[in-house]
Amino acid sequence: MNIVICVKQVPDTETKIKVKGGQVDHTETKYVVNPYDEYAIEEGLRIKERLEEGKLTLITTGPERAKDALKSGLAVGADEAIHLVDEAFEGSDPYSTALILSKALEKMDYDIVFCGKQGVDEDHAQVGIILAELLDIPHVSVVTKLEIAEDRKSIVAHREVQGGHEVVEAPLPAIITAQKGLNEPRYASIKGIMAVKKKIIPEWNAEEIGVDKDMAGPGAAKIKFTEVTLPPERVGGNVFDEDPVQDAIKVAHLLRDEAKIL
Amino acid sequence: MDFTFEKKHELLGRTVREFAEQEIAPRTPEIEETHTIPDDLLQQMAELGFFGVPFPTKYGGAGAGETGYCILMQELMKGNPSVACLIGAHTSIGATAIYLDGSERLKQKYLPPLCRGEKIAAFALTEPNAGSDAASIRLAAVREGDSYILDGTKIWITNGADAEIFSVFAVTDKTMGYRGGHTAFVVEKGFPGFSLGTIDEKMGIVGSSTAELVFEGCRVPGENVIGQVGMGFLTAMRTLDHGRHGLGAGCLGGAERVLKTCLEYAKYREQFGVPIAKKQAIQFMIADIITEIEALRSLVYRVAWLADSGRPYRQLGGICKLFGSEVLARAVDKAVQIHGAMGYMRDYPVEQMYRDARITEIFEGASEIQRVVIAMEAFRKLGVRIEP
Repeated sequence: MNIVICVKQVPDTETKIKVKGGQVDHTETKYVVNPYDEYAIEEGLRIKERLEEGKLTLITTGPERAKDALKSGLAVGADEAIHLVDEAFEGSDPYSTALILSKALEKMDYDIVFCGKQGVDEDHAQVGIILAELLDIPHVSVVTKLEIAEDRKSIVAHREVQGGHEVVEAPLPAIITAQKGLNEPRYASIKGIMAVKKKIIPEWNAEEIGVDKDMAGPGAAKIKFTEVTLPPERVGGNVFDEDPVQDAIKVAHLLRDEAKIL
Repeated sequence: MDFTFEKKHELLGRTVREFAEQEIAPRTPEIEETHTIPDDLLQQMAELGFFGVPFPTKYGGAGAGETGYCILMQELMKGNPSVACLIGAHTSIGATAIYLDGSERLKQKYLPPLCRGEKIAAFALTEPNAGSDAASIRLAAVREGDSYILDGTKIWITNGADAEIFSVFAVTDKTMGYRGGHTAFVVEKGFPGFSLGTIDEKMGIVGSSTAELVFEGCRVPGENVIGQVGMGFLTAMRTLDHGRHGLGAGCLGGAERVLKTCLEYAKYREQFGVPIAKKQAIQFMIADIITEIEALRSLVYRVAWLADSGRPYRQLGGICKLFGSEVLARAVDKAVQIHGAMGYMRDYPVEQMYRDARITEIFEGASEIQRVVIAMEAFRKLGVRIEP
């Protein structure tokens, strides 16, 4: 079973995001593996352990620093990692990101492809879906439980949907996007961390995977950020500490007329 | 000069930090109540390889060096000092005595299960009349055929009640004194004639066991001698020298945790209508804690770098332990002051930090002994000899 996991390096959720000149300023950002991708990696590891065979390959597209995300995945137990890196890839939107990944996947063997359901940085939640379209294979999103059929030719995926629970069957190869609840990701062992250094991470550039310069980067993007702003700063709350009955009436009015949540 | 960590060490730090925050720290109330570290937590740590971090992979270790080990200790201490203490005594003295001076056979036999965390190690040197004065031990080891028969007691042995493998120091030749008369042995918990005595109740680090070891005609095979017969005192000193920076690293983590707690508290605690963070009296204490933490960080990782690059670090290791334990002591003292009455209450974490920190100025060489050794070394270079 060849399992490919698409990972994204995202800012640590504890990073304080700064905006400078209409763009996010990443000079002080610390990066981590996208948390939803961690569920994807863990599920890949569990499938491999259950089937007692298989190979886990991580791929990412991103600048040099994105290699660290691959290393984190190798430390927890992935077998191989491939870094799709080229200046031409920088500034790609979800569509061209999916296109780059699809071109790489066309060169690889895969039975299951995992993505996190979304990157926690820009929250597009599109790459997995577009990737499935480009590869022309089935896609099941926001999966919280996954079973592989005995003949290893199909899967049964569970999804939590508004007010219910869906069970979906799909033939392999297929793309799964991982939702929280799919599993509890493990910690990397210290030996796993130490072994990462010995692993070679091949780099594939635009030419190698057959991505023309006009297929990726800002030029090819189907969406453009016109403006980036921080949420309004929280202002101090109001204190109501006079007459409880009068206060309650005042609060109810404020909630209805100002906050407009009643 | 380059003060940055390698990627593997960065990743190691982040992993242990997350583990300490999410898996260890929440168990603190349980550890405080039961005076023991839960088995499932130890099991989890064993699986992740926390029990053999600095040792080479050929003995089952992680091969992460002293830098990796210092990072581990720093982060574990933020999770829970009893847990850090168990791993510290196991690794940097218990197993290290075997690693430094044991025969290849002893290392192959004992280090892999210790590194895998299947067994816990302890270092048994202290006796009722031999604390800082380690040369005054009396535990007798008498040769009988291929074995040695051990008689006597060891006290205040960290991990005593949890360990299965003990590095024990005994007198094989009374006439020779510590130069030539002391020998180190590996003693297994199951050896006939070995038993646990009193399990001590302590001021702090209550989850780490401290016990008396009783040897009554305890038979130890001759092949379990660590290094050469008669060279045990040297093994003890070399082991302790080797372990000191790890303790300094633990103190660094402890002080960082104290600082974080103080910053959070000073931010929201209001007096005279403003958060106490706006008061210079508080700012000065916080600034001192930060300054000392940064000095300690440089010292800890300089020693780790010296050790990993094969340079001498013995004296600096002692300086690191001395300074680290006192930085932590000053930090917890200020933390109680910043927190006021709340810092004195059992229901808040600062009180425990204060109790847990105190031992670091005492065990593995009290501050006074460290100072004597540092001075001894300085004068030795001038040709002046000082005995402790």
